[in-house]
Amino acid sequence: MSVILGLFNYWVVIALMMTGFYVVIASGNLIKKIIGLNIFQTSVFILYITIGKIKGGAAPILTEGVETYANPLPHVLILTAIVVGVAMTSLALALIVRIKEAYGSIEEHDIHRKDGTL
Amino acid sequence: MLVATALASVFIRDLFAVIMLFGVYSLLSAGFFLNLDAPDVALTEAAIGAGIAPILMLGTLALTRKKSEAEPCAKKSIRSKFLPLAVVTLTGAALIYATFDMPHFADPQASAHNHVAPRYIQDSAQEIGIPNIVTSILASYRGFDTLGEVFVIFTAGIGVLALLGFLTDGSGRAYWQFADTASLHRHTVLHVISKILIPLILLFALYVQFHGEYSPGGGFQAGVIFAAAFILYTMIYGLQAVYKVISPKFLYWVMAIGVLLFAGTGVASLFLGGNYLDYNVLVQDPVHGQHIGIILVELGVGICVAAVMMSVFFNFAGRASHLPDDKKEVRK
Repeated sequence: MSVILGLFNYWVVIALMMTGFYVVIASGNLIKKIIGLNIFQTSVFILYITIGKIKGGAAPILTEGVETYANPLPHVLILTAIVVGVAMTSLALALIVRIKEAYGSIEEHDIHRKDGTL
Repeated sequence: MLVATALASVFIRDLFAVIMLFGVYSLLSAGFFLNLDAPDVALTEAAIGAGIAPILMLGTLALTRKKSEAEPCAKKSIRSKFLPLAVVTLTGAALIYATFDMPHFADPQASAHNHVAPRYIQDSAQEIGIPNIVTSILASYRGFDTLGEVFVIFTAGIGVLALLGFLTDGSGRAYWQFADTASLHRHTVLHVISKILIPLILLFALYVQFHGEYSPGGGFQAGVIFAAAFILYTMIYGLQAVYKVISPKFLYWVMAIGVLLFAGTGVASLFLGGNYLDYNVLVQDPVHGQHIGIILVELGVGICVAAVMMSVFFNFAGRASHLPDDKKEVRK
């Protein structure tokens, strides 16, 4: 029981990660791929924040009378990662817009066909 | 619940619904972060995942198309359907096997909690003197890291501009709005509510910016919230109205100024005899110097993030306005 409770969060992370992974490799639509990538990314965030949690700890803001705090380091890493992530997403979306203009489609299948690589 | 929303987004074809689901998913994960004692992260995720990211995706959608192709390749071979599933299942199984070696949830003995983290928690009060440990690590202990990340964001912003073309000052018929232009424009309710909301959003952004040392918040979150206010304004009143307030050229300058403010703070401390980004030397008293350094750096971050987000959005929006009319009704 304690094993299940102790590891449950990791399993959720893995389930999410694999969902995102599946979307990335299985779906042909580029926007959907980006969403899959984002789900994957969020699962990594959750993994880090899970690691940062300490039993009985408070949020990492110093207050009188609180002894244990959650680990602030993963929070910092993930906070910046989220913002960098959205910047990257917007770059990817911009690329999609250009692909649409060049190929007239955002389906991987069509793009390959136009390139004659399929 | 998170898993359910994520799974749903796999099966739904309608991209519009998928994007909305993604917003819901982000909001849920923000709640999850809050539950795990990470208010700073939750704030960021809520502002970005549930706010900016779906809007940008919708913008792309408006520029491309609605349906995720009704599969011309419906005869997709069994191989191409099951191969990904098999790969995913295998990887997942391997990862789950690996979790048995992981420390249990919220275990205080886990190795992650026993190296640098305790030092930050114990000493940051004396060395930096601000309550929010996340902010002190972000801006001071790991200042280099953050500087690098701001550069990444800046570069991504530049990249989007390069890909989608620089905006000119409202040239052409840059009177574009989300969804159905006419109905949004006529909605008195939306106008009134947004007029009440936008100043409050801006105020909240400033609060998050300058109170970030004491409560959850900081430059990243503030920048995003600030940008969100302007994006809301654009969605309701159109691009031209926004350009009267801030021209794109101004935004480009501001973007660079944000980064330079961060980097410049580092250079200033270099000239005053300290290491790069070592704020102790900025004024006589080291703790005071840290305060000033952190405020400046966070301001730089906030300005840069806000400017990048806004110019990225304006680019998507401006792009749509240049499309011929027949392409504009992709989303009915």
